Amino acid sequence: MELQPYLLLSAITFVIGVVGVLSRRNAIIVFMSIELMLNSVNLSLVAFSAFLGDVTGQMLVFFAMTVAAAEAAIGLAIIISMFRNKQTVNIDDINILKW
Amino acid sequence: MFSYTPLIVLFPLLGFLVLGLFGSRIKNEKLLGILGSGTVGLSFLVAVTLFVQMLGMHPEERKHVVDLFTWISAFTGTSSSLSVSVAYQVDQLSILMTLIVTGVGFLIHVYSIGYMHGDPGFWRFFAYLNLFIFAMLNLVLADNFVLMFLGWEGVGLCSYLLIGFWHDRKFEVGGYKPGTSTTSDAAKKAFIVNRIGDFGFLLAMFLIFVNFGSLNFDAVFGRASVVSEGNSAMVWIGLLLFLGATGKSAQIPLFVWLPDAMAGPTPVSALIHAATMVTAGVYMVARCSVLYALAPTALHVMAIVGALTAIMAATIALVQNDIKKVLAYSTVSQLGYMFLAMGVAAFSAGIFHVLTHAFFKALLFLGSGAVIHAMHDEQDIQKMGGLKHQLPTTYKTFLIGAIAIAGIPPFAGFFSKDEILWRAFSSEYGSIGLWAIGVIGAALTAFYMFRLVSLTFEGEKRYGQDLHPHEAPKTMTIPLIILAVLSIVGGFVGIPASLFGGNSIEQWLEPIFAPAYEKLRMEPHPVEITEYLLMLLSVCVAGAGIYCARVVYLRRSKLADSWKAKYPGTYRFLFNKYYVDEMYDTVIVAPTVKVSEGFLWKGIDVKVIDGIVNGSAKLVGMLADVIRRVQTGIAQQYATIFVGGILLLLIWLIVQ
Repeated sequence: MELQPYLLLSAITFVIGVVGVLSRRNAIIVFMSIELMLNSVNLSLVAFSAFLGDVTGQMLVFFAMTVAAAEAAIGLAIIISMFRNKQTVNIDDINILKW
Repeated sequence: MFSYTPLIVLFPLLGFLVLGLFGSRIKNEKLLGILGSGTVGLSFLVAVTLFVQMLGMHPEERKHVVDLFTWISAFTGTSSSLSVSVAYQVDQLSILMTLIVTGVGFLIHVYSIGYMHGDPGFWRFFAYLNLFIFAMLNLVLADNFVLMFLGWEGVGLCSYLLIGFWHDRKFEVGGYKPGTSTTSDAAKKAFIVNRIGDFGFLLAMFLIFVNFGSLNFDAVFGRASVVSEGNSAMVWIGLLLFLGATGKSAQIPLFVWLPDAMAGPTPVSALIHAATMVTAGVYMVARCSVLYALAPTALHVMAIVGALTAIMAATIALVQNDIKKVLAYSTVSQLGYMFLAMGVAAFSAGIFHVLTHAFFKALLFLGSGAVIHAMHDEQDIQKMGGLKHQLPTTYKTFLIGAIAIAGIPPFAGFFSKDEILWRAFSSEYGSIGLWAIGVIGAALTAFYMFRLVSLTFEGEKRYGQDLHPHEAPKTMTIPLIILAVLSIVGGFVGIPASLFGGNSIEQWLEPIFAPAYEKLRMEPHPVEITEYLLMLLSVCVAGAGIYCARVVYLRRSKLADSWKAKYPGTYRFLFNKYYVDEMYDTVIVAPTVKVSEGFLWKGIDVKVIDGIVNGSAKLVGMLADVIRRVQTGIAQQYATIFVGGILLLLIWLIVQ
């Protein structure tokens, strides 16, 4: 099978995820971008697994998905707590820990 | 027997320690007094025993050195090694000084029991006095310059402690604005002026070490005999040592502390500023006679300074009204005579005058103390008069002291002062000019002493009705009587050959000064008719001085006032001590204070040093002001930098 298209797609989605994390104001969008980054890595792992015929990559994907789910749960809990305090999910407004 | 020598020094040290540590708890004055005086008395007994033993020995055998322990040992084995031990040297000169210090010191300690009666600091006084005796004994018994310097500094310290004994008591100090100074200021002045002299002494010690490789007397004086003449380092050593002596022994230019030292209790003035500490300079010159023999220039300077000091102080004493100030200037004047003697290479005559001066000056000071005690701390002689009826013993002993200092035979002062005057005239290192200054000074001495006697003890009483002066207690009068006897017979150890005496003291000290006389190529003088003429002249001059003083102050008392009115400028000049204190204040003290406060403190310390310290803190603050803006609190910016760093790392990895 051809590996390159899968890796290319993985890289593109990863970069889209990074840009999203760095430039979006809404906290939920930032989390979505983080999920996107995690999933692009999953795609890359699965592609390698199919190419090499090794199951190890798919096992790692299981772990990564579990961790991503747990992390999303906690992250959303933090956002809800943030919203309850400041009535906003704009991360530009969360800047007390500064000079 | 000589191994007991350290005991002489040890007893007063023990006295100081015991009195210092436990004295405040002992309430019994008698016990404190016995403890304080007893230590000095024991030292005196040991010294007398040593002296008697030495009398029976051959002159060459009389010197002994007792080495206790090594104090400083540096660079051993190299050419610049220094080894200094705490070692005591007993020879003819040091035993004589020891006897003076402990003997007169003992009498003054006993006197102080009566004088300081009732003072809350009684124990402290005796502790300090014992410490002083300890330091002074170290000075005279040391066998090297460093131990002598320890004693030198120690007596300066004790002088400071004792002058300022009644601290916070108001006292006029020369050079200060009237009404602002206390006895502590007088003590500080004494210590600081002394320090300037000590600086000279230290420099001389450095030069001695560089030139002779050792600081031990025997080593230095032994090598001195092989030094060539005209070596300029020797002259510097001589002059710098003399600078130290001018500080300690109150000569021009460092005499200004002695009159202000009268702020201390009278026994202090008697012991420290008359009999012992101020003679340390004379002793030091005598001890270093060989070094001075190598530098006749320094001797000339010494003789001139001594003579000028003698006459200058005598003129100031003529017009002072405080009984102790007259005696203080008299001390400065007599010390001038001692240095005049040293300067004309009459070393044993100078030491002889130290001996007789100790007797009659201590007597005069203690007598004045009895007067002050009786007059309830009044010290102005213009407010005294007629006290010979109320204080008979004090009057008689004081009179004996005055006759002795005036130089009337057969009292002690005549022999020593006359020896100095004759030597000033006849020695190869003397001159007629020096002799003439000495004779004029002697006339003035007789005059001002009998002015003092007349105004204090004779004539009509000039004090108020409420004052009832009474004679001092036995502890005070007995030392007076003993010192009076010594002032009468003390001169007999130095009857010169011209008066058919053996001049025992000169014979005794001869081995000490023989190397110096040899270097100076001095020959013994035969007895000449000139000596008798000069002797007669000085007695007549002294007698004239006494007669004039009695006439002016007893019979025609208006005469003194008319002179004061006719020459007000001269009177003021003399009364204000030639304005020396004021001159030092404007030329030295005020500029130093101004530079210290204005420039060094406000300029350098505040602006530069504080500026650097505060400035570096400010610099850090400014940098921080700029750098802290990185922390915006916006997490995405942190993440951006994070990603940037990772990119750089990746690029670096790919490029490698």
